[in-house]
Formats: sequence, structure tokens, C-alpha cells
Amino acid sequence: MENRINKAGDIMAIRALVITGFGINCEEEMAAAFRLAGAEAEITHINDIFSGSVNIHEFDIVSIPGGFSFGDDIASGKVLANKIRFKKLGSQGTLLDEIKAFIGNGNYIIGICNGFQVLTRLGLLPNIAGTCTQEASLIHNDSGRFIDDWTGVSVPVISSFFDGLHSFELPIRHGEGKLVFADETVRTKVKEFGLNFLTYTNNPNGSEMDCAGLTDVTGKVIGMMPHPEAFLTKYNHPAWNNAQPGSKNDEYGAGFYFFKHLVEQVKKQKG
Amino acid sequence: MKLPSYHTVQVFLKSGIKDSAGIHLREKIMKYLNIETGKIRTGKIYVIDYPLQDEELQRFANEGLSDVVVNEYSINAPLMQKGFDSYIIIAKLPGVTDDEGMSAQKTLIDMFSPETAPDVQKIFSQDFYLFENILADTELQVIADTFLANKLINHISTGRFEQQAPLYVPEVHLHIDNTVEAVPIDFEDEELLALSNSRLLALNLEEMRVIKSHYLSKKTASYRKAAGLPEHPTDCDLEIIAQTWSEHCKHKEFNAEIIYIEPETGRTLLIDSLFKAYIKNATQDVQETLEKAGLKWLVKVFSDNAGVVKINDEELFVWKVETHNSPSAMDPYGGAITGILGNNRDPLGTGIGGAKLLFNTNVLCFGPPSYSKSLLTGQLHPRRIFEGVRKGIEDGGNKSGIPTVNGSVIFDDRYSGKPLVYCGTGGIMPAKFNGRDSWVKEITPGSLIVSVGGRVGKDGIHGATFSSREIDEHSPQSAVQIGSPIVQKMAADFLEKAAHKGLIQCSTDCGAGGLSSAIGELATISDGAEVYLEKVKLKYSGLKPWEIFLSESQERMILAVLPEHLHELLALARHMESEYAVIGKFTGNGYLKVMYEGEPVSYLPLEFLHNGVPKKYLKAEWRPVAKSVATIPQGIDYTDMLLRLMGSDAVSSREYLIRQYDHEVKGKTIIKPLMGKHRSSPQDAAVVRTGFTSYEGIAVSNGIMPKYVEIDPYMSSAAAFDEAVRQIIAIGGKLPLYNTAKSLFWSVNDNFCVPDSVWHPENNPDGKRKLGQLVQMCEALYDMSTFYAIPMTSGKDSMKNDFKSDGIKISVPPTLLYSMAAKIEDVRKTVTAEFKTPGDIIYVIGRTHNEPGESEFFKLLGLKDTRIPMVRKEIAARTYRKMMHAHERGMIHSAHDISDGGMIVTLAECCFGNMLGAEIVLPVSRDTSAATLLFSESHSRFVVTVKPKHREKFEEYMGGKAHYLGVVTAEPEIIVTANEEKIINCKTEDVYTAWKTGLTRQVI
Repeated sequence: MENRINKAGDIMAIRALVITGFGINCEEEMAAAFRLAGAEAEITHINDIFSGSVNIHEFDIVSIPGGFSFGDDIASGKVLANKIRFKKLGSQGTLLDEIKAFIGNGNYIIGICNGFQVLTRLGLLPNIAGTCTQEASLIHNDSGRFIDDWTGVSVPVISSFFDGLHSFELPIRHGEGKLVFADETVRTKVKEFGLNFLTYTNNPNGSEMDCAGLTDVTGKVIGMMPHPEAFLTKYNHPAWNNAQPGSKNDEYGAGFYFFKHLVEQVKKQKG
Repeated sequence: MKLPSYHTVQVFLKSGIKDSAGIHLREKIMKYLNIETGKIRTGKIYVIDYPLQDEELQRFANEGLSDVVVNEYSINAPLMQKGFDSYIIIAKLPGVTDDEGMSAQKTLIDMFSPETAPDVQKIFSQDFYLFENILADTELQVIADTFLANKLINHISTGRFEQQAPLYVPEVHLHIDNTVEAVPIDFEDEELLALSNSRLLALNLEEMRVIKSHYLSKKTASYRKAAGLPEHPTDCDLEIIAQTWSEHCKHKEFNAEIIYIEPETGRTLLIDSLFKAYIKNATQDVQETLEKAGLKWLVKVFSDNAGVVKINDEELFVWKVETHNSPSAMDPYGGAITGILGNNRDPLGTGIGGAKLLFNTNVLCFGPPSYSKSLLTGQLHPRRIFEGVRKGIEDGGNKSGIPTVNGSVIFDDRYSGKPLVYCGTGGIMPAKFNGRDSWVKEITPGSLIVSVGGRVGKDGIHGATFSSREIDEHSPQSAVQIGSPIVQKMAADFLEKAAHKGLIQCSTDCGAGGLSSAIGELATISDGAEVYLEKVKLKYSGLKPWEIFLSESQERMILAVLPEHLHELLALARHMESEYAVIGKFTGNGYLKVMYEGEPVSYLPLEFLHNGVPKKYLKAEWRPVAKSVATIPQGIDYTDMLLRLMGSDAVSSREYLIRQYDHEVKGKTIIKPLMGKHRSSPQDAAVVRTGFTSYEGIAVSNGIMPKYVEIDPYMSSAAAFDEAVRQIIAIGGKLPLYNTAKSLFWSVNDNFCVPDSVWHPENNPDGKRKLGQLVQMCEALYDMSTFYAIPMTSGKDSMKNDFKSDGIKISVPPTLLYSMAAKIEDVRKTVTAEFKTPGDIIYVIGRTHNEPGESEFFKLLGLKDTRIPMVRKEIAARTYRKMMHAHERGMIHSAHDISDGGMIVTLAECCFGNMLGAEIVLPVSRDTSAATLLFSESHSRFVVTVKPKHREKFEEYMGGKAHYLGVVTAEPEIIVTANEEKIINCKTEDVYTAWKTGLTRQVI
């Protein structure tokens, strides 16, 4: 919180908020990812937002990391999504109202794993109707089991979400990662608008359309099941010791490039 | 019968959505019970004991509990569904942790912001299973018992839809009974013992006599009178003494005076405490050695919840391993999750407290999954224990956000009564919190006692001995506990923040013995404490004062807080939604005083409480077993033998477990359990980074070798120690004295799990021998630890691992686990096990001896041989020195330690990661046969590969320690030649399949 004001008047400093609390548990690596990508990152308990001591509008990026918010009870991300949707802020609005305004102002919100589940249940992804009604869901993997593994993913050639990388591997760690769409309309629109920006090459959970990640039509609400923040260095990869190159010829892992690209986008936008 | 005041909401998947849980359950029921259930539909019932308007209820069900995309729901409707005939409903018994119900309640509060939020649980979650086919009640019961529920914690209803399923609500109904009883103690021996038995105090006659004379003394009478207490002990006094003097807390057997005799050799020892003589002394001697070498990383040993060593000037490493065996035998899921969460609280509650937990590790000992003996009363099948423990560790680790970075599983018939569940947790603590040394526990008299985390129920009170007669369906369940990772995670987040802000003096966890143990121990720091039990937050009313003090309800931490910090601390707890209660204060008067609503309940001098327990005197003896030598039959098909070994219980892949444990959360895991392009070569030590800004890290390994303990307990302990060391050497770790210019800590937890080792002519006729085994294991611990200058920093002993039922006793073998952690200077320089490149040269490092006893090879052949592998520590140390040297020069391209199954198993495992092959020629000699080279489990050896360009230099460095085997091949085949004959020739893929499916096909 000490970093509220950009240091040395650096107007280019990009500020990322990393939400934690109630069982979210990937906040540290998420913050590390933003810092590595050149942004300032602040980890905050979600109750700091509800109490008004942290204002999301002072940030450029809001992120909801992975974990087990409320232990995945009822359904993964459900209780946290309910909190964001229903709990009254001091202003009598809800945090969802604030997030909508935040997005409306052209800012980014990202959700990884449990964060993706939250964004999906909030109707922020894929949000084709633009009304924040739920259009997709993430349910138990077809195997019925939690899975920690690495999986091949691909990013469409026209997309730059991973800074020019199009085929690589990312770690997955989830029990409820199977993406299902509400109906054919949603499915068609997701395809048509190219909202499934990240697909599995060897579908590990039964997701429709091999979908590993979604954006909304603006490309500024981004969610994915794989964990780019757990692949910041090439030494995270299971074959790093095999002289496997990182994704590029350096010590970074492919996950880093997601954050690098994101931060650069925001920088460009702030111009 | 439905009571009108409850609402029920049923939530299930829409018919178009695949019900994976149902499909898998159907398959399992068919596979293991041979019952065809037809389609299974799964879902949840929320029973709501909260006044809601119809419209609110509708909204709560629709938006709060159900997912619009995938769920359907019904409100206050019968469970009956078209196309399904039978049902099972699983509810939790009263007082059993129901996180899902609590989470639903939180959503309800978020949705409707009621003015007064319910203070206790008002929503209960239940699971239901609907079956298409007509199933008999006995079939439904067996399905529920085998896969879905445990009667110790669950209420099970089963039936057919001829009538509506009855509603069960797990509310606790208890008579309020606040009485404090004075217990007469002026008895003769027989009655004293009867008193101990009837109150389940587990105190022996000698101890009861000491208590009696304490209460009969004039001094006691006078201070008790002054404090307003009866002359004789209160129920609470007795319970506190019994808890404090329990084996679990005072380690009476490890502190006993032991006479050890070896009749054959005449060797006799008089040991005044195994702990002091071997464990503590080893660490003291190591500390001297380290200090002489200028190494000062050993910070705190044995005196706190976890051992503390220095990573660097800013950070400390906190490391604890414990077991949770008996609870895991009764309810494997609850036992394991409570075990892992309980063990997490040890590093959390070390020093000031608030360490950040970095990793978990687990070592599990089970009966074999194919166990076919008929089960004794209360005995669960090993497969069921396996699956329950697995799930407990999965939830305990994954939901806490702590990666389970490695572990080990051992199968042996002798663990089929009581499994061993070892849980380890390492954490990082800043060296200072707000200017104060973080590892120091300091308490000023006048500091307040604050309890944080879960609420208190009857959990764990005399758990194991609670008679089933006394339980009805509204008695709070007390024997088995279920941990709540979410409550603990929230408490841990809070504790970390509070520690950083300097708001706590110190903390400790509340585990076995509850407040009595936690406060009783902290009170020795300030020299006194005063507790007000009515302030303790309860799950339900009706507990007696002593029960509140002794309850082992989970997820609690006890903090010592200076009065000036209290306000800020409580505000932080409220903000982070961690429940708390200020329950007393520390004093300096030498007494533990317990009050309930203004009346004294217990008053005990700390000196008597902690130092009054009489010493135990035990006898130990060791006679060597008769030597036996077996010969290998002619005509063994070595390829077939390799495939069988790979699929055996001891060797086969643990991937089924590994993939369900999150081993990468926090993004710091560098060497994971399975590595390589195909993520399929098992590894030795795990390696984790400590942060994101440096490449410093920690290697973690486990050594456990109970298979040698009946033949040579000393070697069994030494072998386990060597195994843990060599795993760290394999990945490139450095021994403490290798380069003293670098301060690279080693920190070890020793964990003994032994059967009853107190001799008794009828009940335990071989008790002396068992204690003799323990003595020898301790001797090896001392020898190995001091030899390598690797210190024990913490540990635990669990003394009565016997399962008794139907007049039969199943005892575990004396089992010792060494869990080692060592600092790694640069994780980027570590080396993994899988072969990397075709053309690399393969060596076996270290000498292979003809030591087939207890080898997996001999087990498959059914051969008994007492020639077990010897630990030759001086030779091993020279090998390790050369390995460290070669690693330092970056010459080793892959390294894997040799253990169960021998060299060929290790080599095959190395092929899997990148699906390569190997072509080797065995250096057979007159002393060393092909079978020995392939399958001997001689210690202190590795399979390594070296790039061809390094070959010459490497061989020179290794000076006779490296024995050339052959080369890595691109062709994925394993080809072994001996005496110019191909004795193994198979595809890597086939070996891999045998290995991968060996265990999995028995448990899924």
C-alpha cells in the first residue's frame, strides 16, 4: 500500500493489484510475475477492497490468482464470486459494479485457475451478451480427479497474448477445469470472435473446444486454467535439466511472456 | 419425516452434463464389489435451519448454491427422481467439520446481509447418490461403507424410493453440564489403578502414586485451600496431569532408563534416555564440529515446535515432520488431513510464529493393496486406507496452497493394521520480525493468551478410547476429526501478518492435548498462566470445563500478546475474518490456574506438572537372527524379471498420487517428483527455490528402510540415513563439511514409529527385543549423524503402533524415517535423474556387493537371505566426495540413486523421462554375478551419465568409483549383455507400462 503513488513521478509505472484471502494461494507468484514484467504489484486481502482501504481504480490491472477460495465449496470459485456479486460495499454497490466500471475504463482484469473460475461464474467471461450473466462454467475434470501436470497449449497465430509464442507448454493444477458453454449461441460466438485464445493440444480435462482460456470481446478480461505465473523461469519446466531451451533463448519460461505482453499493452495504452 | 422448520435445497447436474463422479463410482462399484448399479446421479443437499422468505430461499438456491449453466435444483422437494430407484445419502455426524455448509452460510450472509449473522452452523451439506437399478439395502450399505462414508463421522441413509428419504439434521443435542468434580485419590494401589483406568488417564501405578502423594502433601493442601480448591484433585487437575504426562507429550519411553543386553556378545549398556544419549548428544557433537569449522547455521534444535536453521542472514528455515497414525487407521481421510494440517502448524508456531510454509512431504506405510486376509473388527482394507489418506493429503496440501514436493510409499503386511502417515512441512521465516529475533519465544507475565482459528467441540477427547456404546446419532462425534484447510489457511494468513507487524510475542499450535498442552507449555516461559474457560468459543454448548481445556479441536493457534498490542491484533483478526478469543493471561507465579465463570477449576504448580513425572525403567535385549543364505535358481529370464520388478508394489510408479498432489503451487518447485520431456522419470531429492529474486534453494529427501529391521536394526537405521543423504548428493547437494567457506545448512527430522516395546510376559513377550531394535536404531542415528556432521533438529516418536482386534495383534515393524533438508546454493546447477542425450556414457558409481537379503529381486523369488546390504559409511563418504567434486565441475549429466530393485530398475527409470534406451555390458567377475550387478541393493550407489567429451576427465576424477556400463541410445530399448550374451532385451515403452500400471491398476 506504500506504493500507492508512483515513484519518482514515473507516469509509466504500471500498477497491478493481486487479490488474496479466503484460500487464494498463488498471490506471491502472481505478484512476482508482474514485478518481473516490469510492473508494480500489490498483494491485498479482498477485505481491504470491501472495507474501502484499497481502491481498485488506482490500478491498471486487477488479478485474481489461483487457489482454493473457500475450499472450492459448493463449486470452485462460487463463494468468492457470490461475495463479489452480492456483498455490499460501503457505497451500497457491489464489487462487481466496481469491476464493471474498472473494465469500462479500459483496464485489464485477469483470472488464473481459481480466478478464471470466479470470472466465469461472475459472467465476466466470455460475456458475449455484455450483461455479465453466466455463459460458461468450469466443472469437474472428466477424470474426476485433481490433476497437476504440464500440458501443451497453443495460441492462434494472429494472437499475441504470449508475446509471439504460439505453441508451448504450461502447468495445470486443477480439479474443476472442464469448460462447458451454456448453449450453442455462446459456443458459436466464442468461435466467431476468437475468444478461446488458448487451447490445449492434448485436452486434459474434457473442456469444450479444447478451451484452456477465454477473453471477452475487448480482450481485456482474460482468464485461463493453466498457470503462467508458475512458469516464470525455464527452471520450472519438467525438462529444464535436459538442455531444453526456455520458450525463447533465455532464462524465462513461457509464462513470463504473458505478463510481459500484458504489461506492455497497458504501457502502450497509457502512452 | 420432515420437520417443518428446515428447508432443503437439492442441487444436481443437468441431464445433459456428464456426471463424472457418478460414472467413476459406477465403474469402481462394478470392479471391486461386482454390483451393477446402472446409472448413478450425484448431487448435494443443503439443509437450512435459518428463517428465509420463499423468495429469498428461491434466490439463495438459484444464485447462491446452484450454477445456472450446469445445475438444476429443487427446493423442499422429495429426493425421488424419475429413472432412479435407490439412494444413498451421506451426512456428517454432529460436530464433524462441514466446510461446505459453512461456506454456504457465508454466501447466505453475503447475499442477504442479515443484521445478526448466525453465530453457529445453520446450514449442513450432504451428498446424495441415486442409482438406476434396484439395489438391496445390504448392497447400498456396502457401497456406502466401501466408497462413500465412514460410520465414525458420517450418518448414512440408504433405501429405495418406495417412500421418501428421511431427513437427518446433524444438530448437537447435549445436556449442559458445567460441574467440576473433586476426585478422591487417597487410595491403595489397586484402586489407584482402577481410577486411572476408569477415567481413561493412561497413567501407570507409579505415576498414580506420585500424584497421590502430591495431593496428600501439606504444601499442596495449603495452596489449594488458599486458591479455593478442594484438597483432592479436580477432574480438570487429573486430566491436565494425565495429558502432560502422556507418552505423546513427555516421551517417557525415549526418556526412560534402559538396560540393554546382548547375551551373545555380552555387550551391556545402561542408557539414561535414548533421546539424550543418542539424539540430543549427536546434535550437540555435530554442533561442536560445525562451530570448529566456522559454521553457524544451526539456530534452534529440539526446544520448539520445529527445528530452525539459517538460510542466509535474512531468512531461516523451519522444518518439522510428524506422524498421525492411529487416527488414519480409524478414518484415513480425516486422520491424514488432520495430520498434515497439524504438522503445518508446527513451523507456523515456531518462535514468534508466522513462518511462510514452503512445501510438504509425505511418507506413507500401508498394507499391500492386494491384501486378501479377512479383515478384523474395525480394520479397514489397505486399499481403502490408501485412498482415504491420499485424499486427505490432497485436500490438506492443495487447499492450503502448499506444494507436496515429494514423498514415498511403502507396502508391507505389517502396516495393514495401523498405517504410518508421516507428514513433513518446511517453512521460511524472516530472521527478524520488527527488529526481534523471530525464532525466540518470549513471554512477559501479564501478556494475554489469545486463541485464533477454529472453535472447540468434543473433538479428540480421549478419542481412541471413547466407547461406542455412549454414542447416539446426536452425540457429537469425538473420536475422529476432520481438518479444515480453509479455516487454517485464514488463520495462517492472519498469523503471518500479525507477526510481521510485531503484534505477537510468540505463538504455538494447539494440537494434541489442546489448550492444556499449548498453554501448559507456553506457561513455562513466563512461569505461569491463568485461563478463563468461559471465554473459549465453542462449536456447541454443553462441554464440561475440563473438556474445553483438553479438547483437541483443530486449526487453533495460541498467541501471547502484550496488552498494548491487543487492540490492533484483534482488529486485524476481525478484518481477516479469523475467529479469536482472549482466554487468559500469562503470569509469573509458578502456577497454571484454570477458571470457569469465576470459579477455580484447576490449580497446578508448573514444577510438578512438567518435572514430576516418574522415570520409567525398561529392559532391552538383542540376539542376532540365525544366518541364512539362499541360492538363485537357474534359468531366470532377466527380461521378465525386470518387467515384474517394475510392476511390483515396492517399485511401481507413484504417478497416481503425484498427479493428484499439487506439487508446483508457489511456482518454486525446480526438481519435481517426475521429470523429463515425458514427465516420467522419478527423482531423488526434491528441490525448491526459496524466493523469486535469487536462485538459492532447498533439497528435500526422505530415507526409510524398515525392511532390514528384523535382521539388523542398526543397519536399517544407517541405511535409511544413507538413503536420504545419497538422494541429496545425487541432485548435486554438498555435505556440511565439503566446503566450509559456504554456509550450507542440513536439517534433519528423525521420526520413530515403533510397536509396543515395553516388555510384558503375557501381553508383549517380545517387548525386550523390540526395545533392543530401537536401541540399535538410535546407535546408528548417533554414528551416522556425527560422522557426516548432519544434525537432527527436530523429530518425534510414536510408540504404540499396534492394532488389536478380535484377539489378534498386528504390529508395525520398528520404522525410522529420516527427513532431510539441505541448502542448495544455486538450483540451476542441480541435476535430475533422467537420461538426457543419446551417446552419453552410463556408469554405476560405488561398489556393488553380493547382498541380496530383502532385495525386491529375492522377494519376487520368495527367497530369504540374511545377507542384507551393509552401510560402509567411510567408503560411502569417499564416493560422495567424488560425486560432489564431479557435480561441481558440471560433469554429471544425470544422476539417480540406486535403491529398491537395484541398478537395473534405476537405469530403467532413467530411460523413461525422455523415452531413451540404454545398451550396457555388465562387468561380471568371479565375485560379482550378473544377478548381483542387476538386482543387488547395495547402498551408496548411483547410476550417472556423462557426456562423451567428459569421459576421460570424469573417470580420472572418480578414481575407481565409476564403473563403466554402456551408453544411452536414441532407440528406446534396454539391452543388457553379460558374458557376451544378451540377457535383457526389451522396449523402454514396455518397461514403462509395467512400471506405470503396477500400482494404479490395483487402486483405481
